[in-house]
Amino acid sequence: MKLFRFRGGVHPAEQKTTRQLPIRPLPLPTRLYLPLQMHIGAPAVPVVGVGDQVLKGQLLARAPSAVSAPVHASTSGVIEAIDEFTAPHPSGLPVRTIVLRSDGEDRWSESVVPIDPFRLSPTEIAQRVGEAGIVGMGGAAFPAAVKLQLGDRNRIHTLIINGGECEPYLTCDDRLMQERPEAVIDGVRLMLRALQCQRALIAVEANKPEAQQALRRACKELSEVQVIEVPSRYPMGSEKQMIQTVTGLEVPAGKLAAEIGVMVHNVATSYAVYQALRHGRPLISRIVTVSGGALREPTNLEVPLGTLVEELIKHCGGFKETPARQLLGGPMMGTALPHQQVPIVKGSNGVLALSAAETGLAPHAQPCIRCGRCAQACPIGLLPMELASRARHGKLDAALDLGLLDCIGCGSCSYTCPAAIPLTQYFNFAKGELARQREEQQKGERTRALAQARQLRLEREAEAKRLAAAKRKAEREAKKRAEAAAQQEKV
Amino acid sequence: MIAIVMLALLGFALGLALGVASKRFKVESDPLVEEVSALLPGTNCGQCGFAGCPTAAEKLVKGEASVDFCPPGGKALAEALAEKLGVDFDASGMADGPPKLARINEALCIGCVKCFRECPTDAIVGAPKQIHAVMWNACTGCGKCVDVCPTMCLEMFVPETGLAQWRWPKPVESVAKAA
Amino acid sequence: MNNAGPLASPHTRQSSSVSAIMLQVWLALLPASLFGVWLYGWPALNLLLITTAAALAAEALGQRLAGRPIMPSLKDGSALLTGWILAMTLPPWAPWWVAVIGALFAIIIGKQVFGGLGQNLFNPAMLARVALLIAFPLELTTWVAPQPLFSANAPGFIDSLHITFVGVAPLVGGVDAISGATVLDGIKTELARGAELGVVLPDYYRAGDAMLGQMGGSLGETSALLLLLGGLYLIWRGHITWQIPAALLGTVALLATGFHLYDPLRFAHAGVHLLSGGLMLAAFFIATDPVGSPASRRGQLIFAAGIGALVYIIRTWGGFPEGVAFAVLLMNAATPLIDHYVRPRVYGRDPHGKPLDYQRGRFARRLKKQQGGE
Repeated sequence: MKLFRFRGGVHPAEQKTTRQLPIRPLPLPTRLYLPLQMHIGAPAVPVVGVGDQVLKGQLLARAPSAVSAPVHASTSGVIEAIDEFTAPHPSGLPVRTIVLRSDGEDRWSESVVPIDPFRLSPTEIAQRVGEAGIVGMGGAAFPAAVKLQLGDRNRIHTLIINGGECEPYLTCDDRLMQERPEAVIDGVRLMLRALQCQRALIAVEANKPEAQQALRRACKELSEVQVIEVPSRYPMGSEKQMIQTVTGLEVPAGKLAAEIGVMVHNVATSYAVYQALRHGRPLISRIVTVSGGALREPTNLEVPLGTLVEELIKHCGGFKETPARQLLGGPMMGTALPHQQVPIVKGSNGVLALSAAETGLAPHAQPCIRCGRCAQACPIGLLPMELASRARHGKLDAALDLGLLDCIGCGSCSYTCPAAIPLTQYFNFAKGELARQREEQQKGERTRALAQARQLRLEREAEAKRLAAAKRKAEREAKKRAEAAAQQEKV
Repeated sequence: MIAIVMLALLGFALGLALGVASKRFKVESDPLVEEVSALLPGTNCGQCGFAGCPTAAEKLVKGEASVDFCPPGGKALAEALAEKLGVDFDASGMADGPPKLARINEALCIGCVKCFRECPTDAIVGAPKQIHAVMWNACTGCGKCVDVCPTMCLEMFVPETGLAQWRWPKPVESVAKAA
Repeated sequence: MNNAGPLASPHTRQSSSVSAIMLQVWLALLPASLFGVWLYGWPALNLLLITTAAALAAEALGQRLAGRPIMPSLKDGSALLTGWILAMTLPPWAPWWVAVIGALFAIIIGKQVFGGLGQNLFNPAMLARVALLIAFPLELTTWVAPQPLFSANAPGFIDSLHITFVGVAPLVGGVDAISGATVLDGIKTELARGAELGVVLPDYYRAGDAMLGQMGGSLGETSALLLLLGGLYLIWRGHITWQIPAALLGTVALLATGFHLYDPLRFAHAGVHLLSGGLMLAAFFIATDPVGSPASRRGQLIFAAGIGALVYIIRTWGGFPEGVAFAVLLMNAATPLIDHYVRPRVYGRDPHGKPLDYQRGRFARRLKKQQGGE
C-alpha cells in the first residue's frame, strides 16, 4: 500500500526496553481515586454517596451531557469520600474525586451481555461504548462514543486504528497488540459496524514487528481489516500525521477528520470496545508502561483506574536514583507530576521516572540563533521560532497569523532546539492567553447586554409607573368630575 | 529659480486645500468618543471615579484617563482601548487582578432589595423579605452592592481557579547568570 | 524536584547546544584557515589571533554595557566565530589595528547594538568587512603573494610581529615584492585597460592553483577545495542546509556561463568566478549564518540566489572587484521581507493559509481514491 510522508518530525531515542516484557496485573490497591473528569468534556455527576457499598463495574457517576463519560467502580468496596484530590494535570490543581476503599473481594456487578453484538444497530453499539465510559486511550481522552456517532452524519471511508505509539519508552499498546490481537481486531470490527464503514487500516510503526505479525495472524480471514507498517518517526501517533501518512489526506484546518471521511481510534480504545460489547465490562482498567532510567524494574502493568502512581512505582521496585522528572504519559507530550499521589486515569499510558541524563534538560534557555531546526522539525509547517518570539512579546494577533492554533503541541520543536528555548510552553501560554482574552471579551459583551437590558427594564418600569400614575390621576379627576356633576344635579 | 517658484506655489495650493478641507469637513462631535463608549461595560458602576461610562469615554479620548482605568473591564478592555486609541500600552505589566464576584451571606440577608436595585447588570435576584442570591455568570464584580447593603452581608471574593480556568504561565525568563 | 511552576513537555531534549554548533562550524573552517596561515606565514596567524581576541573582548564589553551576563555569551562561541570569519576575509598581512577596529565594529555595531546573539539584522563579519573597506581602502586591498611558512622568502616569527604591529615596508625590498593582485582585481584592472580577457586571464588564473588556493587573496578565502570540504561536512552533519550554497553557487555559475557564452572576451567563465574571491567562504559559511538568513527552505533559495546574482553584478559591472560582502548585507536586509512572504505551507491549509477545501486539486483526487476504497 502506498504511504505518504508527513513533513518534519524527529527521532528521539526509542528506549522501548519493556517491549518484550509481558503485561502483568497489578495487585489490587486498598484505595482507588477516581476523578470525575478523566475525559474531555463535562465532569461526571456522582450517583453514589459516601458510605455506599459498590460492586466492580458499577456506575459511580453518570455523564451529564453528550460530550462526557461516566465513571465506574474499578473494584468492589465502599465509597469512602467524594472530595477534591490532585488531578493528573500539569497544574496539579485538585478535581472532585470519588475515593473507593476496596473490600478485597473484587466482585463484579451483574451486567447484560449481548449474545451477538454484531446484531446490535450501529447506534446501539455507540451507545454501549458511551455507557462503558470509553474514551480515546492514546492520551487525548475524548469520549469514543461521540466519535463513533459521527458515522451517522459523515460517510467514513476509512477507520484507522492507531498502533503508532511513537512516544519513546511506551510499549503498552505494543504489548496489547502482541498479547491480545484477537480482542483488538474484534473491537475494530465492532467499531467498523458502528461507523458503517467498510475498511479498517491498523497502522503500526516499523519498530513493532511482533505486534504486526500477531495482528496479521489474527485478521488474515478478514478482508475489511488490514495491518500496515508505517515508518517509526515522531509524531506518527498524532491523529493528523497518521491520517496524512496512511491516506495522503490532510484534515482541513479547524475541521474534524470525519469531515474527510476518516476516523482514527487507538488500539487500546479498540480493546476497550471489545471488553464492553463482548463481556459487558466498562472501562475500569488499562495497561500502563512503567519505565524510565531512574526506575529499578521497568515493566507493563494492567492497572485498575484510580490507582495511585505511587503504587505502580512501589511495585516496580522503586527508584535506582532520584528521578529528574516523573511523568504521566510519554516524554514528548506527557504531564510532569508534582508528586506520586496522583491517580492513573483513562488516558494514562505510561508512568515514567526519567533520570537527569535522559531528560538532557538545560537549566537555562539561550538566545535563539534562528538555526531553523524547529521549523525543520515541525510536522505542521509552522515557524516555531517566529511564533515563540511573538508569544513572548504578547503579540497574540501576530502569533495567530503565524498559525498558533494549528500547533498540535507535539514538542518536536522544543526537542530539537539547541538553545533549549521552551517553545512548546510559549505556545501553551499563548493559547491560554488567547482563550482568556476571548472569555473576557465575551464577558464584556455579556455585561454590556445585561446593562442595556437593565436600562430598558428601568425605562419600562418608569413608563409603567408614569402610566399608572396618569391613570390614577385620570380616574381621580373623573371621580371628582362625577361628584361635582352629582352635586350640581342635587342643586 | 523656476523650481523655487513651483515649490512655493505647490506649498500654497496644498495649504489652501487643507485649510478649506478642515473648514468644510469639520466633524462636530467626536465619533471616537462613541466608539470608545461602545467598548466600555456601560454599567456606569463608577469604580473608575468618573460619572458613568460616557463621561469616562470622553476623558479617555481627551487623554485624561489611562486605558487601564476600568477595573471591571480588566486587562482585556485595556488592551482593546489601547488599540482603539493607538496608545502604546504594555498590558503584560498590568496586574491581572483576579476577577471578583459578589457573595451573599444568607444568614445575614434581610431581603431589603437594596442591592437588587443597585446592581447594574441585574445579577442579583430576589424579592422583598426573601433571601437574595447572586447569579455569578452575570456578576461583573463592580462591588456596588457591597456599599449599599445595610447588614454587611455582601462580600467580594475571588473564585477559585479550577482546571477549566487554569492557563499555562509564561515561561520564566531566567537570565543565565555567569556560571 | 523543581518547583518553579508547572513543567511543560517535552521532557527530553536532543543533546545539542549553540556552542556545539559554533564549534562544528569552527572545525569546518579550520582546514582552510590553517592553509591560509601556512600560505601567508606568521603574520596571518597574528591576524587570526588578534581579530578573534578582539572580538571576544568586544563581546564581553558589549554584554557588560548592556547589563547582560558575560560568561554564557563568551562560551556560546558566536563571537569567536565572528572574529575568526572576519580575519579570514582580511588581507593576510593586514596590520593589527585593522583587525582590532574590524572586530570591535563587527561585535559592537554589528551585533551588540541590535541586542546580542540572534538579534542582528546583518552579518557582523560582513558589516565590519565593508566598513573597513570603505574606511581603509589601501590596507584592505594590499595583497601578498603566497610565501609559505619556512619557505625562502617567508618572514620569520620576529619579522611577522614587525609586519603586524609596525608595518610591511622596511622589511621587504619593495612593495612590488609582496603585492600579488588577486584574480578578480587583476581581471578588473586589465579589462578597464581594454585588454582582452582571453589574453590576460592566464596571467592571473590557473584552475589548479585556484582550486587549491595557491594565489594571492584574503587569509582564508583562497582554498576553494578546503572550504568546499568544510562546507560539505557541515551539510552532512546537518548544521547548514544545502539550499543556500547550492542556490548561491548555482546562480553565479549560471550567470557567468551565460555571459561567457555571449561574449567570452569580456566575461570570465564560471570557473573563475566560483574559485576566486570570497565566494566559497560566503556560500558555505557566511550566507548560511542562520541569524540573517530566511527560515524556510524556499526563502533560503531566494535569499541565496539573490546573493549570487548581486555578487556577479557587482564583480562584473560594479566599482569593486569583489562584491560578496555587499551582496550578503543587501540580502540580509531583504530577509525579513522574504520571511514574511515565503512561509512553508501549513498542514490542512492551502498555500494562502485558507483551510483546505476538497473541491479540486490533488487532495480532491486523493480523497476520491480513498473513498473508492483503493
